[in-house]
Amino acid sequence: MNLQAVRAIYCFEMARAGRTLLQSLVSPVISTSLYFVVFGAAIGSRIQEVEGVSYGAFIVPGLIMLMLLTQSVSNASFGIFFPKFTGTIYEVMSAPISYFEIVLGYVGAAASKSAVLGLVILGTANFFVDLHILHPFMMLLFLVLTAITFSLLGFIIGIWADSFEKLQLVPLLIITPLTFLGGSFYSIDMLPSVWQAVTLANPVVYLVSGFRWSFYGISDVSVVASLVMVFVFLGVSLAVVNWIFRTGYRLRP
Amino acid sequence: MSHPTATVSSPATASSAPAAEPAPVIEIIGLSKRYDSGFEALKQVDLEIRRGEIFALLGPNGAGKTTLISIICGLVNASAGQVLVDGHDNVSAYRAARAKIGLVPQELTSDAFETVWNTVRFSRGLFGRKPDDAHIERVLKSLSLWDKRKNKLITLSGGMKRRVLIAKALAHEPEILFLDEPTAGVDVALRRDMWEVVRELRASGVTIILTTHYIEEAEEMADRIGVINGGEIVLVREKQALMRQLGSKQLTLQLQQPLASVPPALSHYPLALDEGGSVLVYTYDASDPNAQGQVPISTLLNDIEAAGIRFKDLHTKQSSLEEIFVKLVRERQ
Repeated sequence: MNLQAVRAIYCFEMARAGRTLLQSLVSPVISTSLYFVVFGAAIGSRIQEVEGVSYGAFIVPGLIMLMLLTQSVSNASFGIFFPKFTGTIYEVMSAPISYFEIVLGYVGAAASKSAVLGLVILGTANFFVDLHILHPFMMLLFLVLTAITFSLLGFIIGIWADSFEKLQLVPLLIITPLTFLGGSFYSIDMLPSVWQAVTLANPVVYLVSGFRWSFYGISDVSVVASLVMVFVFLGVSLAVVNWIFRTGYRLRP
Repeated sequence: MSHPTATVSSPATASSAPAAEPAPVIEIIGLSKRYDSGFEALKQVDLEIRRGEIFALLGPNGAGKTTLISIICGLVNASAGQVLVDGHDNVSAYRAARAKIGLVPQELTSDAFETVWNTVRFSRGLFGRKPDDAHIERVLKSLSLWDKRKNKLITLSGGMKRRVLIAKALAHEPEILFLDEPTAGVDVALRRDMWEVVRELRASGVTIILTTHYIEEAEEMADRIGVINGGEIVLVREKQALMRQLGSKQLTLQLQQPLASVPPALSHYPLALDEGGSVLVYTYDASDPNAQGQVPISTLLNDIEAAGIRFKDLHTKQSSLEEIFVKLVRERQ
């Protein structure tokens, strides 16, 4: 195992986040705070409690999940797309490093960044609402697994994309809508029954539901279904990454 | 300039080299590459690179130079064939093979916002070597980059960026260095500096393979020259042998009085008049004094004098590698 190489990639990516601290940390924190002000305080004060939890507190897991998904995808996709775009990827591809180690370096760094960001947003939320975490271990498990899974998805997007437009396409057209419609800001019980059934086809519902359960013990779907869904995502992403490296898709003609 | 133990070799004779010769540091066997588009970039290439030599790979655009280098370095998958780097298969034993190689790519690629120091340090780590700041300092100093170590790459000139790429390639102390068009777009002074750096590297035992468009670069530095065209290695020769073998020489005499024609007494020599009869040109093969119609220069000059022809100046000129190269490529086409 070429641990030096994994470390080099990991540190390089973390240093990049350090250089762009405003973009990678401050900006998501500010936008999350805005969500709290608008949905939690302004609108939330007019909404009654959801299953015994104040609306402001209810949306915290959904907001963290929203940021976790979008930031994981954008961090990881940019991390691998940029060296491809500038041509510096040649160095990684010519180094004595395995596919697994490349993924570990890039995805590990992207997942670390978004997991830290998730925790920072959690801390920020604490300023706005009264937070309780019933199952802290499960909360961390959901946080870390989701960060890894969606960083893998971002890595796949970064390899697939051959333009900046494509890089933005999946996060903008798929991830954000799915997250907004995945129960981040509401319980799916609030929807008409037809839409409840449709929503269950949205995989993000399971992530938000499981994550919210770890906070308040309430969920739209069973926790087991949520965990299974996370692992299914993880498995599919790993399978795609494996296929990419086996075939050299867009990396090694 | 030629390698002390080198012997004339060609793709055809490479595999039948004498047993006493040291094992090649790179052995390419039947290497082919066909891209998805159907373009056949390499056709059954066989080549051996000797340890410690400077090998120049020449060829026109699209000849397959960069594809060949890219396959050896692991950037492109071969369609068929095998590459052994110091005995390690570059696919099945890619870690051992790649650890020995440093690559300076053709394109000036860089992480614009990184500092020189960090980017070179990153390269060392990427190749699995423990941090060694003393080594990186030596590399940066040898490339006159030490003063720039804290500069971001975006602030450097093209020539400096090229040096950074060399520093990155040397960060993990490779035994083999590939330089793909190392002096493309580099000014003359910097080019000479780089040649010096390459010579020093060779002196330290590093094997160097360079591709170039600049024939003078190969002529100046290489021990052996390989010519690739249309995905095939056209020939591999010692540089000196190649120039001797393929290069004709010309003796040019500036006459005091123009001649209307070559005097009958000299008609058995391959002589030609030029510039309105004021220049007499004798073309001969310097590598083969016994060639037909060829005599020692002193005999020719005596005969010219005996024929009553007086000259005010003379000079000889040998074909440059560029002329040889153009001739070779044309012949193949």
